[in-house]
Amino acid sequence: MNNETKKKKIVINDKVWLLISLCAALLVWYLLSLGKSTGRSFPFVEKVVPSVGTMIERGAFWKDIGSSMFCVAAGFGLGFITALPIAFLMAWYQPVQKKFIEPWINFIRNIPALGYAPLLVIIFGVGQKPAIILIWICTFMTMSITIYQGIKNIDVTLIKAARVLGANDFDIFLKIICPATVPFIITAVRLGLGAALTTLLAAESTGAQAGIGMRIRSLSNSFEAAPMLMYIILLGIIGLLLVKVVDIIERKLTGWQEKIN
Amino acid sequence: MAGEDKLVKLKIDNVYKEYQGRNGKTVALNGVNLDIRENEFICVVGPSGCGKSTLLNIIAGLLEPTSGAVYLDGKQIEGTGVERGVVFQQYALFPWRTVIKNVMFGLEMKKTPKEEARQTALKYIEAVGLKGFENAYPKELSGGMKQRVAIARAYAANPEVLLLDEPFGALDAQTRVQLQTELLNTWEKEKKTCFFITHDVDEAIILAQRVIIMSARPGRIKRIVEIDIPYPRTQETKSDERFLQLKAEIWNEVYQEFLEVRK
Repeated sequence: MNNETKKKKIVINDKVWLLISLCAALLVWYLLSLGKSTGRSFPFVEKVVPSVGTMIERGAFWKDIGSSMFCVAAGFGLGFITALPIAFLMAWYQPVQKKFIEPWINFIRNIPALGYAPLLVIIFGVGQKPAIILIWICTFMTMSITIYQGIKNIDVTLIKAARVLGANDFDIFLKIICPATVPFIITAVRLGLGAALTTLLAAESTGAQAGIGMRIRSLSNSFEAAPMLMYIILLGIIGLLLVKVVDIIERKLTGWQEKIN
Repeated sequence: MAGEDKLVKLKIDNVYKEYQGRNGKTVALNGVNLDIRENEFICVVGPSGCGKSTLLNIIAGLLEPTSGAVYLDGKQIEGTGVERGVVFQQYALFPWRTVIKNVMFGLEMKKTPKEEARQTALKYIEAVGLKGFENAYPKELSGGMKQRVAIARAYAANPEVLLLDEPFGALDAQTRVQLQTELLNTWEKEKKTCFFITHDVDEAIILAQRVIIMSARPGRIKRIVEIDIPYPRTQETKSDERFLQLKAEIWNEVYQEFLEVRK
């Protein structure tokens, strides 16, 4: 009986779902574009898509993407290579971490980047340098804490099991702690990329010459809603692509992990 | 010191252990003395909190006694050692390693040549009935299968003494009985000295030559019961008259301790 009810249920394929949700979004967008005041902020597709061409013609489009991606990549890269060893050091020297480092990380982490961006401009001048450093700081904060928490939560029984099988400290680090930390490193990368994109706007408020965040600001000043909306959507697409890449890496590296569901 | 008696494999000599807790110190073990003979199968029963796991961890070298010592073949143990293998209740398999890689871990630590390590691992995987699962990850296995891998892993490292900390405690009744039988068969063949902790009195009697009953707070050995039921034992042994007698006797002692703890 149960089987019969199951058979009658209509199964909707994932791709169809995607299409449905896309249509729904377009519908909402369309409705917004009809409104008198919302229409000013949300011109419909036929105005937004051609604005890509306009921006390319102005010589801004590729430069903006290039500049922003460079800042994100450099800031995130620096954040990652510094967060990784620091997280291990924090896990190794617990007291130093608890009393000395963690309070400061939490203190700085909760200040919006936009708040202290001007300080960096005073030190490093305008341009990409302060932007990269700002992204570095924000991604470092998020990732070091996440990886540290992960190392701290490694199942002690696994370390015991390795020890009774003859593993020394070096073996335990290399063969237990490192692989056990991989899932947390991936979570950290995910959060770090999110932080990098959010910080990007603050970072490019530091007098950048090009960049997605800078362009959104300047288009807003000249009331060009269509290209502005295009850039905002572009930001969303870049975010989605990055998440997809992390997903693929995750599946490759942590397929062994037990998943709830 | 120890080792006069050649038969003594493992000597637990006046082991005392206290923990420094927030509410002062707790005595976990209060002077435990025990000689475990070569090839012997020992089971330790007692209510939770009687320090039986602490004792196992001290023998394994994962914990240090506050005073007293443990001797293996007359030599005082220091830290962990591959001659003392451990099977944990929570399986403790490395989730990022396949079954065969898990079983090979101890051999890898010993720098055994790859092919030889593989062959040894395959032999033990087959012995625990998991042939065909060599390349599975722990997440794909049931609890019973995971514990079989853990047992194979401990055996593959070729320890002289096997320490088992409530290894079947997390398994369902049927799987537990099956694994008991398998462990018993292996022991009868290989006669590896076993130190097995359990809270299941049936399990203790069916497996052990001697059952150690521990009392709680502070943990001490209360009584040692010789199990004079001849091997090979099977699940049918559990309805023997002698088995039931011993069960009633041991149960009574353990239950008294349990009531002590509840006070």
